[in-house]
Amino acid sequence: MDSEERLGLTDELMALRAAKELEDGMYVNLGIGIPTMVSNWILDRDIILQAEIGFLEQGPFAEPDEVDQDVISAGAEPVTALRGASFFSISESFAMIRGGHIDVAILGALQVSEKGDLASWNNPARKISDSGNIGGSMDLAVGAIKVIIIMEHTTRDGGLKILKECTYPLTAKGVVNLIITNLAVIEVSGEGLVLKEIAPGITPEQVQAVTGAELKITEDLKEMVF
Amino acid sequence: MDKVYVSVEEAIAEVFEGATIMFGGFWYTGFPSELTLALVKKGTKKLTVIAQSVGVGNDLDILAANGQIRKAIVNYAFFPSPDKITEFERQLRAHEVKCQTYPMGSFIEKIRAGGAGIAGFYTPTGLGTVVAQGKEHRFFDGREYILEEALRADFAFVHAHTGDRKGNLVYRKAARNYNPEMAMAGTVTIAEVENLVEPGELDPDCIHTPGIYVQRVVKVERPNINFSFT
Repeated sequence: MDSEERLGLTDELMALRAAKELEDGMYVNLGIGIPTMVSNWILDRDIILQAEIGFLEQGPFAEPDEVDQDVISAGAEPVTALRGASFFSISESFAMIRGGHIDVAILGALQVSEKGDLASWNNPARKISDSGNIGGSMDLAVGAIKVIIIMEHTTRDGGLKILKECTYPLTAKGVVNLIITNLAVIEVSGEGLVLKEIAPGITPEQVQAVTGAELKITEDLKEMVF
Repeated sequence: MDKVYVSVEEAIAEVFEGATIMFGGFWYTGFPSELTLALVKKGTKKLTVIAQSVGVGNDLDILAANGQIRKAIVNYAFFPSPDKITEFERQLRAHEVKCQTYPMGSFIEKIRAGGAGIAGFYTPTGLGTVVAQGKEHRFFDGREYILEEALRADFAFVHAHTGDRKGNLVYRKAARNYNPEMAMAGTVTIAEVENLVEPGELDPDCIHTPGIYVQRVVKVERPNINFSFT
């Protein structure tokens, strides 16, 4: 579905909202897809992107005349390495990820539960249950200090993605801290899901109607401002 | 000791039917294409391949199409979209081949352990998922971990930017990726290098893979990478 046809935020604005969660000095890993777009909103900030292929200081996509086939993102796009970059092996890259050195991972998801369980690597529609594209997702989900999910609030045919329990194969249990969708910002707290912000023009009732778990609404609920 | 072989064909001549082979590279970057294409020509069958992916963004699907793969151990098995499938995925769906998928960090640590003489390690990655099924679970300091065992291979194919006759290797930028650990974990490690130099020309302080891990070195052309596979 095109962003224009969808209620609430565009992909770009979801990425911008996620960028607002980042603080200067942080080391951050961005997953494939919409999370990659967060990099467009932090160009002038002191935030260091870790590329799981094995470098720190991942920069913007490479212009045609600066493509270096030995510098790519996890999603296989030619990217740039900023001044002060360092290159290392995958085992070192995942020592950083698993060892608690990455402050924030921003990832995509197929489903998230009210307990912060994440399902992102295997869509049962593919009908292969025991292998698939795990990539770095399981390590990032357990290793990053904070895990932020950016995803469309529902599937393209309206299926619920935020649930009491995930029904798809899990990536990790109890790891998600914050969910940013086209409709809302939802915090995963010890007492369940808290609706923190709603997209302009959207009501809390609309968000609850397409959410498969109870959303707690507090006096702090705000409309997103950009 | 001169580890240089004059051709990729000679460098891989000892690869045997049923061998387990590791392939460095993350997508095409740092992937040992010339060694792989020589293996296609050689036609050796019933191979177990250990690589980041099998056929998505690297040449392993040519091996699959040639009927040479029996099993793949990977961390990225298929194209992202189900609309596009590799020959390997077709064979997997037809139950002609087997596939094991591991999380990327566990996958490379299994290989590092294999090369370093460690039998296994406990990791939190994969806990509560299909990856943890059938594996020992153990608590350390109140946190739960699962046991992952080491991986080794009969052969490791790696791609380096520069190598010398003693097998010392230097990788370039993100083309390093899986290559150093796989070089450690192969019983016979074969390095294709874009540049071949004499011992002493590489700065000893800046060598990524010391020659002890490398048994064969062969000079190849710098690959011309196709980025448009996804």
